[in-house]
Amino acid sequence: MRHFSIDEAWLLIFATRWTGLLTLTAFVGGGIGGAIVAVARVSPLRFVRLIAASYIRVLQGIPLLILLFLVFFGANILGLRIDPWTAAAVGYGLYGSAFLGEIWRGCLQAVPRGQRDAAVALALSFPQRLCLVVAPQAARIAVPPSVGFMVQLLKSTSLASVIGFTELTWTGQMINNVTFQPLIVFGMVAGIYFALCWPLSLLSIRLEQRLLRP
Amino acid sequence: MNYVFHFDFIWQSRDELLRGALLTLQLSAETMLFGLLLGILGAWAKTSRHKAMRGIVQVYIEAIRNTPFLVQLFLIYLGLPRLGLRFTPDSAALLAMVVNLGAYATEIVRAGIEAVPRGQIEAGRALGLRPWPIFRCIIIVPALQTVFPALASQFILVVLGSSVISTISAEELTAVANNLQSQSFRPFEIYFVVGGIYLAMSLGFQAIFAGIQRVALPSAPAPEDTPI
Repeated sequence: MRHFSIDEAWLLIFATRWTGLLTLTAFVGGGIGGAIVAVARVSPLRFVRLIAASYIRVLQGIPLLILLFLVFFGANILGLRIDPWTAAAVGYGLYGSAFLGEIWRGCLQAVPRGQRDAAVALALSFPQRLCLVVAPQAARIAVPPSVGFMVQLLKSTSLASVIGFTELTWTGQMINNVTFQPLIVFGMVAGIYFALCWPLSLLSIRLEQRLLRP
Repeated sequence: MNYVFHFDFIWQSRDELLRGALLTLQLSAETMLFGLLLGILGAWAKTSRHKAMRGIVQVYIEAIRNTPFLVQLFLIYLGLPRLGLRFTPDSAALLAMVVNLGAYATEIVRAGIEAVPRGQIEAGRALGLRPWPIFRCIIIVPALQTVFPALASQFILVVLGSSVISTISAEELTAVANNLQSQSFRPFEIYFVVGGIYLAMSLGFQAIFAGIQRVALPSAPAPEDTPI
């Protein structure tokens, strides 16, 4: 039996980069998908809005864990050899796109309606209204909740350990299996997550307060 | 793609899936109840005059909200026995879920309490009401009405989050799915069906909460389906 020493602590700290990398990949992928979903959600075409709404509803209505399993095993069915890293990136990308799409939809609709009406009166098309009038104003409101979602994403990457992705929680489980020191190991794992998430949470609150100031 | 989908054995295991789904529902409902009570208690402490009490609640909220649920579950199920506190998987799961929801519910209920106009509370005092009736009738009921939509979406997350329990227990829906897939080697079909069951449960809860909203709190929610 091994003891929890400085070596094990280093293993955990090194494993954190995979947590960070997965979070960033998921945030970028989810951001691209989320932008498409948000735009579709406010599109002038009713059936496009309906498709986007259903997409959000389904992805927000099944557990992330099940989504990860579906991506992981679904790719096998399609004949693709998929490693846990790709499966996790795709799964979290889908997850992020639904949540960011819903957050940004709210931001786009929070822009005063008069702005949109004025743009219509000026005969601007939907892409022009979106890119020149509404989106630039929505972007300002969108920053704090997006940072807040990043915290949620970072925490949820711990579930990638279940499909065998070697990130922080997975490494913690492996170390616990050989040291039998769950309090120390998972205490430290929790501490690392906290050290990453807390500054982001504070930043999100700070940004929100700045936005509310006149 | 020449994969043939087989769903027949899932139909044969419908009893197991049903039991798993019922346990998930039961666990979620218990968590919502106790988590909301913990949230009300936390919000009461967070808006109290005692600085130390506010500080303790703040530490609890920040610690829970900035660490993953899975790690909290491991700390409770694997860590606490080291301190002499032993749990069955089901009670560890319930405890972890309640502690987790309690932190989020505290913040939500606190926001509702802070939205209650000060004048209402002062009016209650002027009428000679004791602190408890003031809290019960003037503060908490209107506060819960205000934040009901936020609570409802947090409750949906409880149902979905309960799938994480499968890492320690072998009884709830996702754990049943894991067992079935290792017996049948048909993982995709199983998770597809189980995903559908979760979707039905979360849409069902959404419909219930929307019904409560309509009947008990007649304020129109913001329209969501508006183009720009």
